[in-house]
Amino acid sequence: MNENVIDVVDIRRDFVVGDETVHALRGVSFTIKQGEFVTIMGASGSGKSTLLNILGCLDTPTSGEYYLDGSSVRKMSKDERAILRNRKIGFVFQNYNLLAKTTAVENVELPLMYNSKVGSAERRRRAVSALEAVGLGNRLMHKSNQMSGGQMQRVAIARAIVNDPAIILADEATGNLDTRTSFEILTLFQKLHQEEGRTIIFVTHNPNIANYCSRNIILSDGKIKEDTYTQHIMNAAETLKSLPIEDN
Amino acid sequence: MNIGNFFKISFKALANNKLRTFLTMLGIIIGVGSVITMLAIGQGSKKSIQSQISEMGSNMIMIHPGAQRRGGVRMDASSMQTLKLTDYKSILSDAQYVSYVSPVVQSNGQFIYGSNNYPSSIYGVDADYLEIRQLSVEDGDLFTDLDVQTNAKVCVIGKTIADNLFTNGENPIGEVIRFNKIPFKIIGVLKSKGYNSMGMDQDAVVLTPYTTVMKRILAVTYLESIYCSAVSEDMTEKAIDELTEILRENHKLLANDEDDFTIRSQQELSSMMSSTTDTLTILLSCVAAISLIVGGIGIMNIMYVSVTERTKEIGLRMSVGARGRDILTQFLIEAVLISIAGGLIGVLLGVLASVAIKMFAGWPTYIQPWSVIMSFGVCTLTGVFFGWYPAKKASRLDPIEAIRYE
Repeated sequence: MNENVIDVVDIRRDFVVGDETVHALRGVSFTIKQGEFVTIMGASGSGKSTLLNILGCLDTPTSGEYYLDGSSVRKMSKDERAILRNRKIGFVFQNYNLLAKTTAVENVELPLMYNSKVGSAERRRRAVSALEAVGLGNRLMHKSNQMSGGQMQRVAIARAIVNDPAIILADEATGNLDTRTSFEILTLFQKLHQEEGRTIIFVTHNPNIANYCSRNIILSDGKIKEDTYTQHIMNAAETLKSLPIEDN
Repeated sequence: MNIGNFFKISFKALANNKLRTFLTMLGIIIGVGSVITMLAIGQGSKKSIQSQISEMGSNMIMIHPGAQRRGGVRMDASSMQTLKLTDYKSILSDAQYVSYVSPVVQSNGQFIYGSNNYPSSIYGVDADYLEIRQLSVEDGDLFTDLDVQTNAKVCVIGKTIADNLFTNGENPIGEVIRFNKIPFKIIGVLKSKGYNSMGMDQDAVVLTPYTTVMKRILAVTYLESIYCSAVSEDMTEKAIDELTEILRENHKLLANDEDDFTIRSQQELSSMMSSTTDTLTILLSCVAAISLIVGGIGIMNIMYVSVTERTKEIGLRMSVGARGRDILTQFLIEAVLISIAGGLIGVLLGVLASVAIKMFAGWPTYIQPWSVIMSFGVCTLTGVFFGWYPAKKASRLDPIEAIRYE
């Protein structure tokens, strides 16, 4: 595996809206090494969603180069990018995006369904171990509508790690959760980062989350405004313990 | 991704929304069911008419004396006396494509038994006549060659005659009935055939040797008609040609003389009757085809709505690595599964409906295997055809927009 999992070289992304051209990204360059836990922050309209789409191979830059795990994404076709997403990227969304009326284990199996190299026994085994890794080993057969928000997000995280991706892309992954559950999810991300050495990119509005990550990139007007390494990484599990226990 | 996974995904998606799946299927179910039922009704009436015709004898060939011109005046066919017993004998000995032949002479009158009487025709025939008209003797015996030779006053009567003359339930066999003051001994009763498609009672007949009618009742030497049956239905044409040749030779007709007889076969009647029912079948098929198209449009509607409704799901599938063609395949398989399942249920319902119509309404229905295969095939094709466009639309969605779609 390449040491630089993500290598972004001067990427620009323009959108043509009517007669105007909107410059969502105006030349962004950075590299992310394997095992980093990076937050990307910025105000609305700063270009972070556009950057996330490009990092997630859902979109391609207008100019500049993007190498994911050593391969250049810009020249890839739609189908090639779909395969790349399937093998190298795990998505975690703000609103979970689980399949309705579907069990946890089937939701987690989903990415592997689109990978013909994984047989059904192997698929089930990996889905179960991913669910165990997020602490839902006892809820394999629960359907998505029978779970709480925190549990659903755990299933989504299990789905993101089941294909053993090069990067996990989390888009406001704690945005829909209450404080307590947010820290539980954050604890889980820290665990995946520290114990399994996973590369995580966390896009968020919440400046507080930056304290729990190793690196923080702040975007403004389509450019990198700040790129800092966190000196004292806080432990989400400890924060969780210090939170007042709610009655519910 | 292998095809098994596609089926798993599609099946799961259908199972997750059973009501939507069922409503989509409903169009196809009704389409297929009605095609099968309507064709069954059409085919059933065609078949029942055909079987009525074949009950009359499908190979039957009738020879009548033909209209002939005498000094420029065209004569009434029934008054002609051109068919003779010698014609019958030549056909009997020479015709190869004819399996049975019988002369027919007929008279009308009252039959009297005790205080009962009933009007009917008496047919003078040969024993072959029963084979030609597909009649059979239920009780008693048929007259013999000896009876024919001796102009015996014996007869075989139809069910209607027996019922009307023997009102007290006596056994007609051995009884004597009178026709024009001539006593006839009943030696047999025919098996009932009911009414034919023209509404004629086929049981109101009395059969007796032709010699008896010719010599004792009518005192004539000519025949009213000769009935034959071809060796098989396909041989009817050949048999007609052969009979024409024999009769022309017998009647010493020159090459440019008109026939003094007419030969008609049951096939003409049969083709006329079935063209009527063909029209019926075409009409019913049109109605059924329209319902099939409506079913297909139903599939398209629901699939189309379902693509919009499931935009987010499609976006998710794409973000975890489904390619456009994977989405296309999934939606197509869903359309195929719906069509096939709907088709199978439709076949079942169509068959049940046909049976029910036969049982409760008493209409003749007949399910032809090709109608089942055709309607099933057409419905699957319709389903795939109408499922294609929404599936194509789904596969072209932009994953970024789809995943954020609310």
